[in-house]
Amino acid sequence: MIDKDLVQIKVAGPNATVVTLPAPTNMSLSLMELLKGNGYPIQATCGGMALCATCHVCVLEGYEQVGEPASDAEWAMLDSLFNTTDTSRLACQVRIGHACDNMLVKILGDT
Amino acid sequence: MITTDICIVGAGPVGLFAVFEAGLLGMRCHLIDVLTQPGGQLAEIYPKKPIYDIPGYPVVLAGELIQRQLEQIAPFKPTWSLGEKATDLQKNPSGDFLITTSGGNQIQAKILVIASGLGVFEPRKPPISSLDDFENKGVDYFVKNPDAYKGKKLVLAGGGDSALDWTIFLADIAAELTLVHRSSRFRAAPDSVEKVMALSQSGKVRLMLDANVTEVHGNGRLNKVVVSNKDGWPTHLDTDYFIPLFGLRPELGPLAQWGLNMDGEAIKVDNTLDYQTNIPGVYAIGDINTYPGKLKLILCGYHEAALMAQSAWKRLHPNSMFNMKYTTVNGINGF
Ligand SMILES: Cc1cc2nc3c(=O)[nH]c(=O)nc-3n(C[C@H](O)[C@H](O)[C@H](O)COP(=O)(O)OP(=O)(O)OC[C@H]3O[C@@H](n4cnc5c(N)ncnc54)[C@H](O)[C@@H]3O)c2cc1C
Ligand code: FES
Repeated sequence: MIDKDLVQIKVAGPNATVVTLPAPTNMSLSLMELLKGNGYPIQATCGGMALCATCHVCVLEGYEQVGEPASDAEWAMLDSLFNTTDTSRLACQVRIGHACDNMLVKILGDT
Repeated sequence: MITTDICIVGAGPVGLFAVFEAGLLGMRCHLIDVLTQPGGQLAEIYPKKPIYDIPGYPVVLAGELIQRQLEQIAPFKPTWSLGEKATDLQKNPSGDFLITTSGGNQIQAKILVIASGLGVFEPRKPPISSLDDFENKGVDYFVKNPDAYKGKKLVLAGGGDSALDWTIFLADIAAELTLVHRSSRFRAAPDSVEKVMALSQSGKVRLMLDANVTEVHGNGRLNKVVVSNKDGWPTHLDTDYFIPLFGLRPELGPLAQWGLNMDGEAIKVDNTLDYQTNIPGVYAIGDINTYPGKLKLILCGYHEAALMAQSAWKRLHPNSMFNMKYTTVNGINGF
């Protein structure tokens, strides 16, 4: 049976590996919290306030669908980094919802 | 050599309050912080955000809280090494601590207080080969002393608020200033963006957008950078300084090598007594320490500072009787 409150988030690792994480959509989790909860060493210094950019990810697949697009504050923060890409996001600003299903991300932030 | 009673590593809210608590007991303090301004996380990460859990303040902006704390400790005339990292800890035969900073200063103190929070705020360094070779020889990650750039050629890189703010400030001082940004537009604070655009139109600032600094060159000292645009097309720029401004991130830093008992990245302390570490005379307070039930809150750090100061006083005056007085009794008697 497929759980309607679960989506799959894929995380690209080294050497073309991909890890798939089941993610609940009904807990108001952010992508940062999901990644941290799964043991990824993201600093998340500001606790998810789009103020530290340590949770920077690049969305390799599914960028358009992610849900809420990046706010001005998020873009301002991303713009301060040297490795921002056209599909970069701050993971703390991405809310896990159905739109995120099958999204593929790569962690670029400070660990 | 600077001699003091207490050397405090970290000028965040907790380090600042330690100056106050020590001052009440007549102990002088010297503060070291790698940042060029006091305030720790409050100044660096969220100066304009409101805080709601400081007693007596229903709401206070983080930056304002730090200003108030500086006002509160002013009577105790702390001395400062700002823009310097505490790198080395030694013990003198006399039992005093000797702390060395990245700026080459030495501080001799009877007590060491580590209030280093999340750790040293280190600059994010872009991946450019040989960049390290030119650090302090033309490559700077912080603007410590703007006078050094008077009449010089500067290349700044970055697109965030700090890159824009420094561009606006240094444009008046420098002989030439180029700002390199990897995107085609800026999304930092709109009034800063407007000012930078105006400086570019008036010819005071050269903007290179959709571009990155990809090479640094020099002979002992930096004298040239290469800027590559989106298509990889290189432009060679003669310059005296290259200042990459891509934000800061905290790292535990040198104190990992100081012989302290650690639990991960935090220093273990005796919370049942006085927040002393395994090294007698060395205390750790605020976000950097850990003990059962630890809460990383400003309020809790203030409490730890008060207990540390009482204990430190007793270490310095082993034969005197301690007589706790409320501030309401004597007021504040500065030095
Ligand atoms: C976005 C955000 C919101 C927050 N909101 C609240 C809130 O509402 N209420 C609350 O109570 N707390 C809040 N906090 C937590 C609070 O900011 C911290 O508890 C507090 O800053 C800890 O103070 P500190 O003095 O221990 O350390 P810090 O503020 O981290 O300061 C430590 C300083 O030490 C310096 N340093 C470290 N190592 C060295 C070295 N070797 N040499 C030189 N300098 C060094 C660092 O550069 C830094 O400036 C918040 C934190 C963040 C990020
Ligand atoms: S956790 Fe700080 S920006 Fe996302």
